[in-house]
Amino acid sequence: MKGTFPRIPSGCSITGILNKKAKRFSGADVIRSIRLMHDRSNGLGGGFAGYGIYPQYKDHYAFHLLYTNEASQHDTEYFLEKNFVIDRCEPIPTRPHPRITDTPMLWRYFLRVKPYVVEQFSSSHNRELVKSADEADAEKNFVVSQVMEINQKIGGAFVASSGKNMGVFKGVGFPEDIGEFYRVEEYEGYMWTSHGRFPTNTPGWWGGAHPFTILDWSVVHNGEISSYGINRRYLEAFGYHCTLQTDTEVIAYLFDLLHRRQGLSLENTCLALAAPFWKEIDRYPEPKREAVTAIRQVYGSAMLNGPFSLVVGFTGGMIGITDRIKLRPLVCGQKDEVVYLSSEESAIREICPAPDRVWTIRAGEPIIVKLEEGVQP
Amino acid sequence: MMRSLVSPDFLVKIDHRQCRRCKRCVQGCGFGALSFQDRVVPDNTRCVACQRCVAFCPEEAITVVRNPLAFKGNDYWTANDIKSIYKQAEAGGMLFTGMGNDRPYGSYFDRMVLDACQVTNPSIDPLREPMELRTYLGSKPNALEFVERAGGAGSGGPGADMAPLGATLATRLGPQVALETPIIFAAMSYGAISLQAHKALARAASLAGSLMNTGEGGLHKELYPYSDRIIVQVASGRFGVDQEYLDRGAAVEIKIGQGAKPGIGGHLPGEKVSQEVSQTRMIPEGSDALSPAPHHDIYSIEDLSQLIYALKEATRYSKPVGVKIAAVHNVAAIASGIARAGADFVYIDGFRGGTGAAPTMIRDNIGIPIEMAIAAVDDRLRLEGIRNQVTLVAAGGIRNSGDVAKAIALGADVVAIGTAALLAMGCHLCQKCNTGNCSWGIATQRPELTRRLETEEATERLVNLLRGWSLELKDFLGALGVNAIESLRGSRERLRGVGLNQVELDVLGIKPCGR
Repeated sequence: MKGTFPRIPSGCSITGILNKKAKRFSGADVIRSIRLMHDRSNGLGGGFAGYGIYPQYKDHYAFHLLYTNEASQHDTEYFLEKNFVIDRCEPIPTRPHPRITDTPMLWRYFLRVKPYVVEQFSSSHNRELVKSADEADAEKNFVVSQVMEINQKIGGAFVASSGKNMGVFKGVGFPEDIGEFYRVEEYEGYMWTSHGRFPTNTPGWWGGAHPFTILDWSVVHNGEISSYGINRRYLEAFGYHCTLQTDTEVIAYLFDLLHRRQGLSLENTCLALAAPFWKEIDRYPEPKREAVTAIRQVYGSAMLNGPFSLVVGFTGGMIGITDRIKLRPLVCGQKDEVVYLSSEESAIREICPAPDRVWTIRAGEPIIVKLEEGVQP
Repeated sequence: MMRSLVSPDFLVKIDHRQCRRCKRCVQGCGFGALSFQDRVVPDNTRCVACQRCVAFCPEEAITVVRNPLAFKGNDYWTANDIKSIYKQAEAGGMLFTGMGNDRPYGSYFDRMVLDACQVTNPSIDPLREPMELRTYLGSKPNALEFVERAGGAGSGGPGADMAPLGATLATRLGPQVALETPIIFAAMSYGAISLQAHKALARAASLAGSLMNTGEGGLHKELYPYSDRIIVQVASGRFGVDQEYLDRGAAVEIKIGQGAKPGIGGHLPGEKVSQEVSQTRMIPEGSDALSPAPHHDIYSIEDLSQLIYALKEATRYSKPVGVKIAAVHNVAAIASGIARAGADFVYIDGFRGGTGAAPTMIRDNIGIPIEMAIAAVDDRLRLEGIRNQVTLVAAGGIRNSGDVAKAIALGADVVAIGTAALLAMGCHLCQKCNTGNCSWGIATQRPELTRRLETEEATERLVNLLRGWSLELKDFLGALGVNAIESLRGSRERLRGVGLNQVELDVLGIKPCGR
């Protein structure tokens, strides 16, 4: 399953919905929104990320896995048991669907990292690349390494998501069908993102559908990263292995590296990934000019170039951003405490007919929306 | 009596019906290959095919042709081999030459092709959209640190969330030199080339936002106005190096080796050490300027580190200090050592790199192609997590903007051009720089020859070349669907090999075409 296909370029539709008061709502809305943009995908990939969907296991790493065969499941579970306590393990609930076929085995695991494992890991990887600010961060570095190892080394197994209190439901099909297949409407979350895929050249591969994730980062992406080659090589130096042969995965890893591990703010991370043009930077007042210049100097290899609009989800918020000349669409809407991001305004109005505000976001300028202050996810 | 076994390489044909006996060609020939005795008489043995006479003959009455005199065909003993043996049998010395390795080793640049966008990722029109070539020469940290600013970005609604930055940069970057194009001029010393040529390089670098490099011959006062666009070189001879020299440069480069003659030193013969050269190099007029093979204070990497930091101290850490080496077998490990020794940039010169004078055998038989060196060094620095610490400058046989784009895609930050810059000024690649007779006024100190190189015109031609290549680079970027050079840099995914074997593909880190 892995590594057998060349990189797959794709067009697409994306949607994100966040309730800033962390009120949980059913996945039905996000299915309706993405269904409206049916024509932006071609039935070769759809998916959803839900945040706040596992409140009863909110401190566990929720691993969603796709297996092509029983051996891969056996190997993966054996691998997980070494370092994790598996508190719950079950098939991901699905319903038979006429248009969703060739489904892999879909399982989820709620995991706690065994004691001492992180310490061992950190001391055996004491290079600067896995240096971490604190213990929680060290644990996350460890979890990242485990995801990389499963994706890289266990044939037929693929981690769809690995964050806490969130999960990804994705596969080959139109996104609305995928949503029905996974019974997404039965979950409640405070944030949902979704993706409908229009790859130009694809085998039906479930791992290749969006969202792409690492830890609680999820990325849905319309476009293609023309700078993938260097972004990938940049990430490899920091221990991220791009095994999925799809440009989008680098985005999730870049957010993890720049924001979580290197401590850049989300704003600055976005400045690195969709950097302003030099002629704009040169006009900034000091000290902003110096800071943004430094960001471009240092993070040039992380800059995402080529057409994209993205919705990036993380615990407690989401980011909407496009490439710096906006070769892909992205619209933002707001109604009370709910914020919407979508490829099309119609997909927002489909589920929110009278938003307080709808606007087209500007090229390269991020919309960063977080839960209201004091609100716990 | 036999004159010599060495037959002339070229024949100069004068069409005496066309010739109006103006003698311009006789004056023009720096090599004394033409004289006038009632009519123009060529001495074929002296002709180097520099084409000066051809270009300046008002009647187009001169042609220079390769001497058709044939040795009996032999695929192993070439005419070149045979003639070289005759020469050495006559004179008993080493063979000397100028410019870069001209042997048929082939080129990896010619075996690589670039990608372009079709449909799924759109190409970008450089005539309509901004295309950024700006590059910074200097060491960068792996990450930046910011400290929270009091009253920074809050989270009270989408508007407030958009406030940029919200924190102050805490990391102080080392010195950076901004380049408006990733193409700079390679090191060529005053002494090896004329002051006119040196000035043209400096002015062109200044006008184009690029850099020129003094080479090891010091910095003439007439170049002072352009000093913010000059890399000053510190080589084993330390010619012209003093505090002011270091202060004048935008960056400092320690020269360990050169692609045309790795492992050996240099020698500027005394006849080229004119009064001006002598003052600039700070050596007696007419004395030979000898550059030792190694720096006599550098016998190991820790010695190099000391010199790097001595130069940084001397310049108060205000400018990048780099190291130039020739691309040799173990170049990756050497470059890594240089990065760890504290250099801000590493300049790698491939085996096609030019020279004012080198032993032919050394030039033709030592060193590796720059393409392989870039790939190996970039890989190694990334593997060690120190790629950001140094700017990688690649040189040695960059012939056009296609080579530039490929070098950058392999992993170079900046490329340097020497031979191409000389060609832009009128050089005809006759490979006789070592004789000091350059008819084009470039690689000579003879005043009657140097004065024919118009600095103004040469400057304009150099600026034009940089502009033309930069426009073409922007076209490459647009076709690749990116709008900044850093998205091409090291992006080997955008390269494919044509007719390379698997080992070569692996070293270059690229796929074969069709994959």
